[in-house]
Amino acid sequence: MDITFKDVNYIYQANSPFAHKALEKLSFHIPSGTFVAVVGHTGSGKSTLIQHLNGLLTPTSGEVQIGDYYITSEKKPENLKELRSKVGVVFQYPEHQLFDETVEKDISFGPRNFGVAEDEINARIKEIIPAVGLDEKLLERSPFDLSGGQMRRVAIAGVLAIKPEILVLDEPTAGLDPRGQREIMDMFYALHKEQNLTTFLVTHSMEDAVRYADHVIIMNKGTKYMEGTPEEVFTQKEALNQVQLDVPEIIQFLNAFESRFGISLAFKRQSVRDLATQIKEAFEGVKSDE
Amino acid sequence: MNSMMIIGQYVPGNSLVHRLDPRMKITIIFLFVIVVFFANNLASYSILTAFAIITTFITRIPLRFILKGLTPIWFLIVFTFVLHLIVTKEGTVLVEILGFKIYSGALIQGLAISLRFFLLILITSLLTLTTTPIEITDAIEDMLHGLKKIKFPVHELALMMSISLRFIPTLLQETDKISKAQASRGVDFRTGPIKERIKAIVPLLVPLFVSAFKRAEELAMAMEARGYQGGEGRTKLRQLKIKSSDLIVLLFFLAIVVGLFLTRSY
Repeated sequence: MDITFKDVNYIYQANSPFAHKALEKLSFHIPSGTFVAVVGHTGSGKSTLIQHLNGLLTPTSGEVQIGDYYITSEKKPENLKELRSKVGVVFQYPEHQLFDETVEKDISFGPRNFGVAEDEINARIKEIIPAVGLDEKLLERSPFDLSGGQMRRVAIAGVLAIKPEILVLDEPTAGLDPRGQREIMDMFYALHKEQNLTTFLVTHSMEDAVRYADHVIIMNKGTKYMEGTPEEVFTQKEALNQVQLDVPEIIQFLNAFESRFGISLAFKRQSVRDLATQIKEAFEGVKSDE
Repeated sequence: MNSMMIIGQYVPGNSLVHRLDPRMKITIIFLFVIVVFFANNLASYSILTAFAIITTFITRIPLRFILKGLTPIWFLIVFTFVLHLIVTKEGTVLVEILGFKIYSGALIQGLAISLRFFLLILITSLLTLTTTPIEITDAIEDMLHGLKKIKFPVHELALMMSISLRFIPTLLQETDKISKAQASRGVDFRTGPIKERIKAIVPLLVPLFVSAFKRAEELAMAMEARGYQGGEGRTKLRQLKIKSSDLIVLLFFLAIVVGLFLTRSY
């Protein structure tokens, strides 16, 4: 589903001394199937943005369009529930939303609310459990007996079981160990490709943004600060530094490499392995010139 | 968050009322609450109303904000007024609507009682609007100090109060977060039959309790790690001190009380 924001403003506690502008004149268009990374400092409006994607918040003014659903200040779509069955949101620390007696019941909570048939739910669970890296033996356990990492995976499975078309991830790997982070992000990316999802990833990690995203939105103080492909956005070091963001390690490396050896390599989102080959070729090229 | 729930939400500021010693504020409000019941004619009500309005004005909190926060109370005020209008049968008949006789005495009494009610709520909400919860608990701890002699756990009570006050916004935030997460999983808290809506509360309450208990445990551990051992020998960073401005305000208020007793009819 395509996602379009048109001049979206959002004010928290409007008309009170605590009024606080969280989004200001935000406009963008995301074609279906895009992996979007939303990057920005704490308080830049990232979380407010994603809550507009399934009608948890309605814009104070402006218009949000998700597929055929329109959300404006005047009206929410009547079939809000239908919209929510198509937009899966993994909130920060999603393990806080676990509540049911067993892991299985908790995972099936979402699809059951959206009226998915029982056999279909069971089929989905069978499919999802290995995908998120859990063991089927855990299904009968209480979610509160699990380790933090396992709870996170159960909560994520609970959102994936809805089979959304748009997947919204708010720092889904915060607080996990590095290996777990990588596993979960790779899982999301595989799912994104396989089911042709539109994915919104809110993250602090420039590395994740470079690795997975097709499109990057940099937020600052509630406004869109920069937008474009990772190549376009992450090569602008000064502009990023101005909003206290660093360029990803790979670009830092390329810059350092250029100033040290005088060889300029273009940033094309190459993997570390490809980069190593490129460097080798570049050096051999220099040698054969001599 | 819910903008209806501002009764008692602190609004930062630096007005005379904000800077007043919290014990003084509590004392004055306590006296005000008693004194309101002695007003019985136009002059005495005018004095109290003027006092309340001027105090509100001094706080520099937008009047619109205060009135909006009192929305849930308006119903009660209007209800009281209407009840008096119907029930009281004193004075002359003013009008007759659908067989109901509205008496002049009823109108006056209805107005007086509603006004009294309004003043009480306005003044008491000014306390919490201009005083941080910490100041209020400090003041209460200090004012209850004497009870320590009869082994009343004043410090513990104050600590419990400040901890619960401290965690109200945290819990509200948590509630907001979890209800949004569950709403995204298809829970509908707002529509549907009552039975379904009550059921919908379970996925909200369980995570809330779990996190509240976890938080309590962490807090207890953090306090112990920092050597907390109760009120014995504990000193305060912010000492409460009565300033001369506090005394002036008290004198001013007492003058108003005297004025009230001079103007009320006996």
